[in-house]
Amino acid sequence: MVSLIQSFGAYALRQVFSAGRMGLFFFYAVRGIFLPPRKFWFTVKQIQFIGSKSLVVIGFTAAFTGMVLALQGYHTLSKFGAEGWLGSAIALSLIRELGPVLSALMVTGRAGSAMAAEIGIMRIEEQIDALECMAIDPFSYLVTPRFIASIIALPLLTAFNDVIGILGGYVIGTGLLGVNAGAFWDGLTSSVDWNDLYMGFVKSACFSVLIAWVCTYKGFYAGVEEDHYGPEQVGRATTEAVVISSIAVLISDYMITSIML
Amino acid sequence: MAPERKGLEFSVGLFLIIGLLCMGYLSLTLGNFGFGKERYEVSATFATVSGLKDKSQVMMAGVVIGEVQRIRLSDSHALITMSINKDVKLEEDSIASIKTMGIIGDKYVSITPGASDVCIQNGGTIRETQPPLDIESLISRFVFGNMETKKPNE
Repeated sequence: MVSLIQSFGAYALRQVFSAGRMGLFFFYAVRGIFLPPRKFWFTVKQIQFIGSKSLVVIGFTAAFTGMVLALQGYHTLSKFGAEGWLGSAIALSLIRELGPVLSALMVTGRAGSAMAAEIGIMRIEEQIDALECMAIDPFSYLVTPRFIASIIALPLLTAFNDVIGILGGYVIGTGLLGVNAGAFWDGLTSSVDWNDLYMGFVKSACFSVLIAWVCTYKGFYAGVEEDHYGPEQVGRATTEAVVISSIAVLISDYMITSIML
Repeated sequence: MAPERKGLEFSVGLFLIIGLLCMGYLSLTLGNFGFGKERYEVSATFATVSGLKDKSQVMMAGVVIGEVQRIRLSDSHALITMSINKDVKLEEDSIASIKTMGIIGDKYVSITPGASDVCIQNGGTIRETQPPLDIESLISRFVFGNMETKKPNE
């Protein structure tokens, strides 16, 4: 009985510690933006990794999302004879919801996992300790460039996602399903306004911070809790990074929507 | 400059350009930013504007010429302010009416041109207005008949 209470207390304390560590981690990472050393080329390289190399996969996701939205939307709207609204249905659902969320999930899977694994391996190989020995701040050296890169890359990827998705929906809607192209574009331009775009970009900016935070944190402290540094810990850190940041993206998506709508 | 860095610069630059183009396209064409579109304001008073919203369209002959800017209550009437494209001139005796696109579509303001030589200036008012068709009262009159005119004894 006593040991049960003890283990519960130890668990609660561990959670409080890790919450505090996560908060401090965020603070150090943001502080690195304002402090030297500024790793300009490393940041550019991270933008390439997170942004440029995700373009193809995001293009594919977006195109097929737009196409399937066209099929599904047409199926429902044609029951009411409202096929003309297809354009605005596709554009609104892409710009407000699917664009930010899908590109965030794709970036988590493609780049977030790699961030966690890369930094986790540096941790188990004691490279992070080596940095500290040389009096180099590991946060501004490893974490901050990834933060900046993902904040720059994700909103741009989201915009790309929106445009490709709308084009995919347009091709299927007008080409295959025979919706009037004029009605498609007119419904689209008249129903989307600046607030919808603003909401989408606020979402993607929040998601980018969340992804970078969770993924670099998980890698940075891989194995610290067990005080054992091995390949298993890196694997676990990568899995946790992807799972937690995907869930965080979806939960925060709900919260941002409920606040901004 | 090392060739490796050149490739890096190229791909990041390409990504930034594509992303910014998409963002610009979205915010300019879909966000309805009225860049360089000179507009002027005209107001009109209606008995009721039920269903009209901010940013509703203002049309003449079915062509969009502006949008509703704000709707306020003044002397228990609805005072709406519209912004109209500068190149559209409204005559003093133009008629503003609130209409519906289709049966369940959005409400919009339709302006019928007048014949006067005097045009409305910025900040002017359209005096002739028609309230929207009240479909609910029409239907109820259709369904229940016009009971007031018929006396029970006759």
